[in-house]
Amino acid sequence: MCGIVGLFLKDPRLEPGLGALLAGMLGTLCDRGPDSAGFAVYGRDAPAGSAKLTLRTVPGFDVAGLMERLGRVAGAPLPHQVRDTHVVMTVPAAREAAIRAELARIPGTSIVGAGRRMEIFKEVGRPDRVAARFGLERMAGTHGIGHTRMATESAVTTDGAHPFTTGPDQCLVHNGSLSNHNAVRRELVRHGMSFQTENDSEVAAGFMTWKMREGASLEAALNAALAALDGFYTFVVGTAAGFGVLRDPIACKPAVMAETDRWVAFGTEYRALVDLPGVGNAKVWEPEPATPYLWERH
Amino acid sequence: MPTVDLADTPLRDLNAALHRLTPDSNETHWRVLNPRGRHSVAAGIDAPVAVEIAGHVGYYCAGMNKQASVVVHGNAGQGLAENMMSGQVRVKGDASQAAGATGCGGLLVIDGNASARCGISMKGIDIVVQGSVGHLSAFMAQAGNLVVLGDAGEALGDSIYEAHLYVRGTVSSLGADCVEKPLQEHHRAELRKLLEAAGVNGADLAEFRRYGSARRLYHFHVDNLGSY
Repeated sequence: MCGIVGLFLKDPRLEPGLGALLAGMLGTLCDRGPDSAGFAVYGRDAPAGSAKLTLRTVPGFDVAGLMERLGRVAGAPLPHQVRDTHVVMTVPAAREAAIRAELARIPGTSIVGAGRRMEIFKEVGRPDRVAARFGLERMAGTHGIGHTRMATESAVTTDGAHPFTTGPDQCLVHNGSLSNHNAVRRELVRHGMSFQTENDSEVAAGFMTWKMREGASLEAALNAALAALDGFYTFVVGTAAGFGVLRDPIACKPAVMAETDRWVAFGTEYRALVDLPGVGNAKVWEPEPATPYLWERH
Repeated sequence: MPTVDLADTPLRDLNAALHRLTPDSNETHWRVLNPRGRHSVAAGIDAPVAVEIAGHVGYYCAGMNKQASVVVHGNAGQGLAENMMSGQVRVKGDASQAAGATGCGGLLVIDGNASARCGISMKGIDIVVQGSVGHLSAFMAQAGNLVVLGDAGEALGDSIYEAHLYVRGTVSSLGADCVEKPLQEHHRAELRKLLEAAGVNGADLAEFRRYGSARRLYHFHVDNLGSY
């Protein structure tokens, strides 16, 4: 099963309410994926010369102590916001490598997202509760994607929760299962990519990152994925500029899109879209198999 | 006319009320508001009543329909009118995958497009799609008619048995054992009747092409005896 959603706002007046709209969409798809949930929100840009890191910690972690330790590495206190088990911190780009190296030495932490705009939150549990824990309904942004997971290919852990990110401001959510992910992972590792899990969807994310790192556009990367990845999939891929949607050539997994003058939305089912403003007059359609769809702001 | 607003009435209550209808019921015209993409709306009716649904529906709308006439003023999700037995189902918008799947009878009309696997394993249902159909439509179709006024996607009629397929537009490819066949006078009469029943006017019958089974796949061929 699994449920995925994506929302791209064309009307800046809707941006303060992005999180509330996304939370509604995720909550509706609880019954498609009650095991875990996650979402990426593309919010305010980090100040020039800095980057955002989203850190996941184990419950009860000493965040104050951690931030003090990282502040010493950075040479100054790091602006940060704690959201349940996650911490979003703004780090000087020049010190990012050193901070990552320090984090690698600290058990109970893992970086779940990085970039100028993207923040990622994911946890095990019912999607509506996960969204509430992180305060998704109060988050602002230009676009966001989310996932409710019913695990099939790997364990119900936070590491197995989507979105998967393998590059700055890039993430992917997946409904389906891949059959050649081990072979593709080996190939990507040879190209210098690294992976944190055994999950098939992380391989799809890594493939997209690798292609875009090599200079491909999001559209070209999605087309390359059609040739390289075997299995069932509907992907929503987020970048700093927007998101793309791709379904496998036999359209194994459901997908619905809707568009108005103010927004574009993706949902595994139409039910996820029914509370979006003006949905009654939206153009609603099923994306074609093996055809990339993209919405980006330039 | 009973009006059921799914914003305040549970879907199961609506379906239970529809299931309780008898042939002599005076409540012959129902209106359903705010379906909001819910699944299984108006599934399992067995009474000669009309049901109009104002909005988009989710999966399996009007599944197993018998006798009733169901109209969706919107789009429909997967498995629309799945295993329909009789009556009529019409969708004013588009339908998702597997519309009319395994249908045994009745008429399904889709004013817009149907996506993949329309009429999969159809067993006697008539389906008229005013737009186009996706890949693998009429897969393993056994009986009934599929009329497409637009185009058909890849592998139309794959492993087809005896259903009749009429397509006005292009066919991306034909599936295994599906071939084009001559459209004779009695086929034209059949097609005319189907279009009339669906309320489709002005379609030029000469523009349609007929497809069906080559009967090489499901008939035993004596040359293959050595394989057994």
